[in-house]
Amino acid sequence: MLRITTISGRAIPMRGNDIDTDRIVPARFLRAITFEGMEAHLFEDDRKMGGPGHNRHPFDVPAYHGAAILLVNNNFGCGSSREHAPQAIRRWGIQAILGESFAEIFFGNSAMIGMPCVTASAADLKTLQDLVERNPRTEVKIDLAAGTCEAGDFRCPVSLPPNVRDAFATGTWDTTGLLMDRYEEVDARAARLPYVAGF
Amino acid sequence: MGTTLLKKVWDLHTVRQLPSGQTQLFIGLHLVHEVTSPQAFDELRRNGWKIARPDRTFATVDHIVPTKVRTRPFIDVMAEDMMASLERNVADFGLRFAGLGDDRQGIVHVIGPELGLTQPGMTIACGDSHTSTHGAFGAVAFGIGTSQVRDVLASQCLALEPLKVRRIRVTGALPKGVYAKDVILAIIQRLGVQGGNGYAYEYAGDAVDRMSMDERMTICNMSIEGGARVGYVNPDETTFDYMKGRAFAPQGDAFERAKTWWSSIASDANAAYDDDVEIKAGELTPIVTWGVNPGQSIGVHDRVPAPAQASDPKAVSDALSYMGLTAGQPIEGMKVDVAFIGSCTNARLSDLREAARIVKGKHVAKHVKALVVPGSVGIARAAEKEGLDEVFRAAGFEWRGAGCSMCLGMNPDKLEGDQVCASSSNRNFKGRQGSPTGRTLLMSPAMVAAAAVAGEVMDVRELD
Repeated sequence: MLRITTISGRAIPMRGNDIDTDRIVPARFLRAITFEGMEAHLFEDDRKMGGPGHNRHPFDVPAYHGAAILLVNNNFGCGSSREHAPQAIRRWGIQAILGESFAEIFFGNSAMIGMPCVTASAADLKTLQDLVERNPRTEVKIDLAAGTCEAGDFRCPVSLPPNVRDAFATGTWDTTGLLMDRYEEVDARAARLPYVAGF
Repeated sequence: MGTTLLKKVWDLHTVRQLPSGQTQLFIGLHLVHEVTSPQAFDELRRNGWKIARPDRTFATVDHIVPTKVRTRPFIDVMAEDMMASLERNVADFGLRFAGLGDDRQGIVHVIGPELGLTQPGMTIACGDSHTSTHGAFGAVAFGIGTSQVRDVLASQCLALEPLKVRRIRVTGALPKGVYAKDVILAIIQRLGVQGGNGYAYEYAGDAVDRMSMDERMTICNMSIEGGARVGYVNPDETTFDYMKGRAFAPQGDAFERAKTWWSSIASDANAAYDDDVEIKAGELTPIVTWGVNPGQSIGVHDRVPAPAQASDPKAVSDALSYMGLTAGQPIEGMKVDVAFIGSCTNARLSDLREAARIVKGKHVAKHVKALVVPGSVGIARAAEKEGLDEVFRAAGFEWRGAGCSMCLGMNPDKLEGDQVCASSSNRNFKGRQGSPTGRTLLMSPAMVAAAAVAGEVMDVRELD
């Protein structure tokens, strides 16, 4: 499995706290039985809200096309457990998300598809978002092992829980293989539970 | 020092520590529904994997099912395709299934408890964030994504990070007209929509001790809206009374033995917690959300906030503008177009009884479309036996078939345009109820009933 240690490329800033998974992919698009093409519905409702007072949505700004890193703020991905949300982001081309904080289920779902959700301070994220908005061509590099993010002359610490970082580094972030390995231990554990064995 | 229920259940289900540092946890019950599972089944097929424990897996349909016309094929071809896909998957993989037309069909978080599948001391997983509901029984229940659904199907296990435990004690008597829904909205208001990140919430205190299982489920259900993936209540006599006689619950002598074990997994009196919070029930009032996340709420007699006074002025001004509100406006008197009583939060028999009691002999306001969607076929039948359906119909409500309905806009029940919905559901996110500009006001089912009759937000206590 793919080892993930550094992610680099251009970035796309997406400001705002508490961006929920209903925003990322509205529920009506969950009626499909595959994830294929889910990126077409990424932030679909937000992107359609045009008109006075609304700036162009970052995902519609041509200068950000091809970005590999998404820059967000607090509690990104809150709400539903739909994996369609990180799938749509990943399939659009994002390889890592850097934010102040992430909702727990979203964080786990992203890890399962090989897209690290890395955290940095609010001040550093603001600097990065400003920097990328001023110059969308800025190359951003996240080094998971070193715990750093570099963007031009700017450099800041970033973090990922050590377990998750190691799973990416060793290519064990997709857990199915690990869980299926030594299956006899699973049945043995289950057999000791009274509700499985019978009260 | 004692141990929490979370730690006891966690340890009992730990298979091993994985090289990644995560815990491999055995999952005692896997609940499956149509929306988050098709890709997982496809991956099993692609890899030639079997389902590890079909005997610990149960499927139903809830999210996409129409609640009005349920004949097949559905008019919506995508919904029909999704439905047919689950039917094919349960047949191919040999899973137990409560499909459409089955007496046991309903919202996955309603039928698990109702059938006695959900039991104290279990680990439970389901590809839905409101799986926290099952914690009401003293189970440790996780909402998961589709890749994890695949993991559980293939191995009956999850790889997870340990959680901290925050005890939330709700103490004192709830005032009249204040319900479990108001308690959880108050908790989210106080601790924030991400306050529970990394925590399991243990709900305790004498107010919770006195609550019915329906009320405890309402509270645990919305743990995730407070950022906590897991929420639970320690099992007690109320839990055991509910369990007795349920289809999949232990019977006879086994039930007595089960009770002993269930009691043993409750948190010890001297358990240590990572955090401890007290909510005084007597200070609570009926709560209504005014914004676009479940933490943006106020008492029914309060005024919506002004951006200038808020910690995040931009979030408040965005929410006010989306909702069509002006800073400082009272929420009471806000006109509603739709009233929805339903969802995994508040579509149980006691919710319907309370709403019916309020609307009995009254009528829904002329401009309001009102619907009641029971959480399961079982609840619909029980309510009909008591004549609740007739009470609702006479008051001008539509009485529908069981499903998720207007909670999330995946089926024909949706808001239109910028309609305002008084809703007993769990999320007021922008566009949540199926219209990109639709507006949701979360409140208790009793408050929805009052709003339906008044045609605007009002304090249910003034109608009662």
